[in-house]
Amino acid sequence: MSQGVDRSHEWVRGFAWLFGITFVVWLALVSSLAPPEVISGCIVALAISILGAHLYAGLGLPALTLKRAAFLLAYIGVLFWEIIKANLDVAYRVLHPRIPIRPGIVVIRTSLKSNVAKLILANSITLTPGTFTLDVVDDQLLIHWIYVGATDVEGATRLIGKRFEKYLKPIFG
Amino acid sequence: MNVAGLISTTVGTIFLFLGSLGVFRMPDVYNRLQAGTKCTTLGAFLTIVGVGLMHNDWLPKALVISVFILITNPVSNHALGRAARKVGVPLCKKSVVDKTEEFEQRKVRQ
Repeated sequence: MSQGVDRSHEWVRGFAWLFGITFVVWLALVSSLAPPEVISGCIVALAISILGAHLYAGLGLPALTLKRAAFLLAYIGVLFWEIIKANLDVAYRVLHPRIPIRPGIVVIRTSLKSNVAKLILANSITLTPGTFTLDVVDDQLLIHWIYVGATDVEGATRLIGKRFEKYLKPIFG
Repeated sequence: MNVAGLISTTVGTIFLFLGSLGVFRMPDVYNRLQAGTKCTTLGAFLTIVGVGLMHNDWLPKALVISVFILITNPVSNHALGRAARKVGVPLCKKSVVDKTEEFEQRKVRQ
């Protein structure tokens, strides 16, 4: 009984999030508040969120609390800074006459449990300076590194994964 | 607003150019992917947002598009790199370490 209540609660939560997100994206795309646009957007967003709410529940995302939102904002800030650094880094390596690279493929370990968290970590690693994710299996990530700083698992984990895990752990943990 | 848009678009174009130069100069698939995706993420982002800044009524659209690029770009990079690894494209001679074997063995054991 209590499980059924829990599941319907999950469904409502997924429905609310999906409806909010799809509706805001629609409003941004049409960029007008004319009644026909709003009504048609409302109908489509409603249909999508009714059909997709159970998928959202399947993701197992944690409820949004103030603390999680704060960490999420800090995380987005860090990610943007890392993206800018990544671009300057690649620009330097491309323009340097001798192309200063020391590439290799290393393995790192993550302590994150949920699939969504691992997905975000893998994508963040891809966006940051000199690394991109080739494969994820369980708690290990296979990573191509353009300038290898450490070949062992512990060292590579410290250099690549830690700066994001610091923020992702409070959000998903 | 117009000037900010112009600056943003120009910087974005420079990054896009550097990205394509990197694809040309790097020695193997994996390093080319590094250059190709890193620079195009910020390059495309700045270019699209710059256009949004110059034409203010396009700004919300531009922001939505650039967020989609930010989310999907690493995924395509990952797919290309993984496919290259599966097909067995070798690393370039400069490479110092390759842990793929270890990784694959571990996967088989489980």
